[in-house]
Amino acid sequence: MTTGGSPRPEDPPALEPERYELAAGPAYRFEVDRREFVKLLGGGLVVLAAGAAPAQESGTRGGAAGSLPREIGAWLRVAADGTVTVYSGKVEFGQDIRTSLTQAVADELRAPLGTIRMVMGDTDLTPFDQGTFGSRTTPFMAAQLRQVAAAAREALLDLAAAKWNVDRAALDAREGGIVHAATGRALRFGELTQGQALVRAVAADPPPTPAARWIVAGRSIPKVNAREIVTGRHRYTSDLTRPGLWHGKVLRPPAVGATLVALDAAGVDTKRVSVVRDGDFVGVSAPTAAEAALAAGTLKTEWKTSPQPSDAQIFEYLKKTPPEAREGEGRGEGRGAGAQVSGSADQARSAAPIRLEQSYTVAYIAHAPLEPRAALAEWQDGRLTVWTGTQRPFGVRTELAEALRLPEERVRVIVPDTGAGYGGKHTGEAAIEAARLARAAGHPVKLVWTREEEFAWAYFRPAGVIDVRSGARADGTLTAWEFHTYNCGAAGIRTPYDVANQTVQFHPARSPLRQGSYRALAATANHFARETHMDEVARAAGVGPLEMRRRNLKDARVRAVLDAAAERFGWMKPRTPGRGCGLAAGTEKGSYLATCAEVSIEPGGAVRVRRMVTAFECGAVVNPEHLRNQVEGAMVQGLGGALFEAVRFEDGLITTDRFSRYRVPRFSDVPELDVVLVDRKDLPSAGAGETPLVCVAPAIGNAIFDATGTRLRSLPLVPAGLPKPERSL
Amino acid sequence: MARLELQINGVSHRVDGDGERSLLTILRDELDLTGSKYGCGEGQCGACTVLVDGRPTRSCVTKAASVAGRPIATIEGLEQNGRLHPVQHAFAEADAMQCGYCTPGMIMEAVALLRRKADPTAPEIGRALEGHICRCGTYDRIVRAVRQAAEAAKGGAG
Repeated sequence: MTTGGSPRPEDPPALEPERYELAAGPAYRFEVDRREFVKLLGGGLVVLAAGAAPAQESGTRGGAAGSLPREIGAWLRVAADGTVTVYSGKVEFGQDIRTSLTQAVADELRAPLGTIRMVMGDTDLTPFDQGTFGSRTTPFMAAQLRQVAAAAREALLDLAAAKWNVDRAALDAREGGIVHAATGRALRFGELTQGQALVRAVAADPPPTPAARWIVAGRSIPKVNAREIVTGRHRYTSDLTRPGLWHGKVLRPPAVGATLVALDAAGVDTKRVSVVRDGDFVGVSAPTAAEAALAAGTLKTEWKTSPQPSDAQIFEYLKKTPPEAREGEGRGEGRGAGAQVSGSADQARSAAPIRLEQSYTVAYIAHAPLEPRAALAEWQDGRLTVWTGTQRPFGVRTELAEALRLPEERVRVIVPDTGAGYGGKHTGEAAIEAARLARAAGHPVKLVWTREEEFAWAYFRPAGVIDVRSGARADGTLTAWEFHTYNCGAAGIRTPYDVANQTVQFHPARSPLRQGSYRALAATANHFARETHMDEVARAAGVGPLEMRRRNLKDARVRAVLDAAAERFGWMKPRTPGRGCGLAAGTEKGSYLATCAEVSIEPGGAVRVRRMVTAFECGAVVNPEHLRNQVEGAMVQGLGGALFEAVRFEDGLITTDRFSRYRVPRFSDVPELDVVLVDRKDLPSAGAGETPLVCVAPAIGNAIFDATGTRLRSLPLVPAGLPKPERSL
Repeated sequence: MARLELQINGVSHRVDGDGERSLLTILRDELDLTGSKYGCGEGQCGACTVLVDGRPTRSCVTKAASVAGRPIATIEGLEQNGRLHPVQHAFAEADAMQCGYCTPGMIMEAVALLRRKADPTAPEIGRALEGHICRCGTYDRIVRAVRQAAEAAKGGAG
């Protein structure tokens, strides 16, 4: 079978990204300091068109948002020595797309893996890209690069046919060269191109190689830069240096929402140290990190704080506080708008013998990537280059241009492979801060956030409340489904179960903390509420959780993973005494999954997850071992948010601001993990870095209920162990 | 100004300045040995782990003066003549990483473990590495990689 039904390999900039993907807005917009500016630009005349990117031709390298480049040369070049350089605006954060994209190109171009070099996330070199999020790299970028490589292969075949004056159909592309079997003639790709760009438009024709005929893709290839990682040679942003480098340090406010009243820089040696105050921004830079830290400690700041909600009131606050009207809103997304209604949930519910109504909550959690935000900024002849770990290099270029009032073409953002993000590095705070400090210092400046800064001043996965009301027949068949999600997002809000009467609605709220994207984001919250509620209905009807789901499920792909997970887990087999089992299923971002969990309760009430099985299906598998790695990693990350991760805050102060106060999963927390990959070579590949997270929390919560009879409806489930059972009088 | 002598990967380095600074800062900012990573600054994540006298040490909370003159091994010194250390090799083979930021610290801790105990069980490996965070969640693979390195060493010896 071919992948004829695959989506167009485009990444249309107009496409509405998942809500909150981009919500954490820029942190700064600086005042213009004329003196600094003139100095930097060498006194030339500067026309400041703040925020307005100059019109650029679409399709140019590093161009503005627009249609994708159609020329092969923008995406792929073959050097005279045969090295193939591929350009993609996507970035590597540990998802192993540097490897999977290399595999896709190798396959389509018929070139050895080792000859392919990916240039990623460099706004001067790579075509515009919206960002690396939403599990879009595999369905869109891999498909795009496959078409580019296929077009390049065709162009190389043309070159060889013309050179040898033979029938093109008699030629074969293989292992980095073109071969004419009849005469035994062969030329390497590099010998054919002589380093010249291939001139040909990328078109849908020829169609990409179907998954069933993949050679390099579809197999487990080790990470292409594993050697750099294990030797410590790979340079993350925080490892970079430049001649004349200075080190930056930013002074943070004492609480969220504080504004700067006064700054006293007396006592700082301004000959050695550069001090910047710009609005509420205060930062210093100096030749060494120690001097910068010392100067930052010497500065006296006075801040004005305002009362802020605390974590104890957060859910009530979110339910009653609608968002402030934002510009460009008005898409029917305000309070009370945008409900998806079919039938009448109210009517069906009033007639149902089983009626349940429950509220579920999820806490704010932190991404806590092990590499905190970092940036190195360098100004040269009025041009700004910033190396930084961001999931949106082009977005950060815009943020820099706006904050520093520069035209975008004077800004270059380069993203070295980064120490993870999980949706937490969409923004350019560190980039902007480093650029602002560097402009004042007249030196390149590196700024590495401390762990405390990363915990307190990045953005969080949103907290939320989900209210569910359901009606079911006595046998557990759902007849009514009402689902309201407050604040934490609309992804995964729709139920895959067949219910005739539904009202499903997302209600945005004003978040007191800065919130943004997170791996699998709202789908985790919505799956937690839905799959916990499904379990509650099953219990009320006296039907087994697996049977209850099957009874309400037509979707063949969800059914397939549910059955696969249950079978591998041994759902129907006799249970180990003292343990509880739970399951959950769902679909998100084009992938399908089911997770089963087994828990035990330790003396003292600690919950120990013993075993988890996830069956996962994301169409045709590109790299089984790396996919497995992603699924396992997502399960472990999901475990943290399920059991104990929560951001605590009190009147604008984040109190969980270090690893000793914010618990993340460690070796001893990891249960036996089992991943069943359902490889559908007949279906286009979907992204897979996020979705395997979404069923972990409900599966564990349902298992805890199975073990103890205690129903937990808040994430994290057991931050301090299992709650004491209510005393019966 | 004070002067320190640090023995790193068999090479002597003279460093000027405050010996109260962390070993990690000096490794990274002054000697450009950036394989050891900053992750938390409180000895909680293990990304900065180096070996001092063969013992795993959190360089972010270790004052440089306290390790002057003692043998310090960092990730940069493991590879010999272009040959990966068996633990490095096993990490690459077992795909025991995603973003790779925790990897150097994990490898250093594992190297020390295997010197202490040539053939540790999976639970022993987990306990030895408990002080390290892999936020990408590749814990199982890391245990597997260390087991693989132990097996390889056995094979090599026998």
